[in-house]
Amino acid sequence: MSWLRPAHGDPPLTEYQGGRQVATVERTLPLEAAPPRPRIREHETLRRLTRIPTGMLGAALLVVVLVAAVGAPFLAPYGYDDQNLANRMKPPAWSDGGTWSHPLGTDPLGRDILSRIIYAARTSLGISAASVVVAGLFGVAIGLLSGYYRGWVDAVAMRVADVQLSFPYLLLAIAVMALLQPSIGNLIAVLALRSWVVYARTVRGSALQVKEQDFVEGARALGAPDRRIILRHLLPNVLTPVIVISSFQLAELIIAESSLSFLGLGVQPPTPSWGAMLSQGREYLTTAWWLGVFPGVAIILTVLATNLFGDGVRDALDPRLKV
Amino acid sequence: MKTIVLTRLLQGIPALLGVTLVAFILLYLTGDPSQTMLPPEATETSRAAFRHAYGLDQPLPVQYLTYLSRLLQGDFGRSFAYNQPALEVVLQRLPATIELSTAALLIALALAIPAGVISAAKRNSVFDRLVMGIVLLGQSIPTFWLGMLLILVFAVQLHLLPVSGRGTFAQLILPSVTLSMFLAALLARLTRSGMLEVLSQDYVRTARAKGLGEWTVTTRHALRNTLVPIITVLGLQIGGLLGGAVLTETVFAWPGVGTLVLDSILKRDYPVVLAALILVATGFVLINLIVDVLYCYLDPRIRTATGG
Repeated sequence: MSWLRPAHGDPPLTEYQGGRQVATVERTLPLEAAPPRPRIREHETLRRLTRIPTGMLGAALLVVVLVAAVGAPFLAPYGYDDQNLANRMKPPAWSDGGTWSHPLGTDPLGRDILSRIIYAARTSLGISAASVVVAGLFGVAIGLLSGYYRGWVDAVAMRVADVQLSFPYLLLAIAVMALLQPSIGNLIAVLALRSWVVYARTVRGSALQVKEQDFVEGARALGAPDRRIILRHLLPNVLTPVIVISSFQLAELIIAESSLSFLGLGVQPPTPSWGAMLSQGREYLTTAWWLGVFPGVAIILTVLATNLFGDGVRDALDPRLKV
Repeated sequence: MKTIVLTRLLQGIPALLGVTLVAFILLYLTGDPSQTMLPPEATETSRAAFRHAYGLDQPLPVQYLTYLSRLLQGDFGRSFAYNQPALEVVLQRLPATIELSTAALLIALALAIPAGVISAAKRNSVFDRLVMGIVLLGQSIPTFWLGMLLILVFAVQLHLLPVSGRGTFAQLILPSVTLSMFLAALLARLTRSGMLEVLSQDYVRTARAKGLGEWTVTTRHALRNTLVPIITVLGLQIGGLLGGAVLTETVFAWPGVGTLVLDSILKRDYPVVLAALILVATGFVLINLIVDVLYCYLDPRIRTATGG
């Protein structure tokens, strides 16, 4: 294929990787040669991200929550199910009747609230993260296929999305969880329902755009199979919005999981979850305020951290998106 | 213009059909619709009668059509907890939810729009940063926790407002404020960004150059154009309002559709659950249809673009 080689003395061909011009190099086939990937862009983004104070604050908080979630067995002073009826209903350490052995108080069964909150971080974060991954994989796949192939795939996918969005999400989730078994798998699937459409629509829009560009036509002219075009050229372009979406969806799904657990339709006891703790806190609101307040604070801190981090990532990746 | 309205209305029909289709699928989630729609202690004869009436021995598409025709006749099944048609049970509780949602919507609008406008007008000022901080917090706080906190502070500690229930105006305050928070945060942010975009447009510069006061520029020129796309978002967010109402109603023991759905789930009274879901979804589709038509009416560019 020597006719594709730039003749000696000609200006070098520009290299497109995923549609972005990353380098100008002399090489052979524009798309088939192993492209040298200069790491310039990645470093730039990381540097920009570290310069955003709120983003870094979010990241720090997230790290704290992650450490708590992962290290729960080591960090929590008690197990999440350690009952101690002698110590039941103790208020937080700084109130009368509280002790520092239970800094955030105990519940009606004598279980330490702080420990339960730490253990619940695992459940809430784990389930929400898993749901984001499921929604992301599914949504991105659908978006790419819809955007690239159009036709009936696109029509069906978008109609299904529209119908799903005709329902207020929480009501739909409640109905589905009520009719299914309240297992973790079902919960993750129902939570993923909330997010997949955002991924699908965004990726579809991006795919539609990139598909029209010249280099894609060139690739097709060279005989590149569809799969290659989608994976090597459409997908990398879509990664930036997907990352930004993911951080915000994580925040929303943490709240969604808490809501379902609060209503008794999410994580089932004895697995601890912030939402379920809030539900118990509601029963004892007038007598033991600490049961409901502290798990809520945990939720707020985690969601806030995720939102701040998401804002930071979005601003670092593409300052033009800043609003 | 009329053609646009008509087209939009016709586009709503597939959406409504989709709602019934989803309900139909949910009916089969437990495997056997007679399990879903009849009480657990139902006799074999009543089950047989049910199967015949719903055509459960027919092929699926026929079953769906039978189901659809029953829905159109108003037959959503019978609530075994209340021993009434499921539709009636839901309709009885609907006014309470509408009251709560409307109050929350009004509060959100009253708080968010001025806050967003002023933030945009005084960008990066102390006010702006404060409002955006509150907005970020508002979108991170679970609705039900806020409700509990408000009860703790205003009802339990300060004894200013009642804890729960419905009837007096005082009882409406806490639940509607709770429900409005998430929407208010979202609207404030959207208003601010919309205003910022509009304020940088040429026609605003023209208005200022004409010597119009800042207040007139902001309200008469900028605000109108900001609000139009916000109406579309509002239509979609009402779904969130209705969903959030479930949580708020639970916390405040507000006797609306939300608490009805949860109670019915506990009692396995699924006809009521499905009826509520269908009704709320239908209402949501209709609201969005109206918003679509309203949008066409308010934005002349769409009218002329489609030659209506």
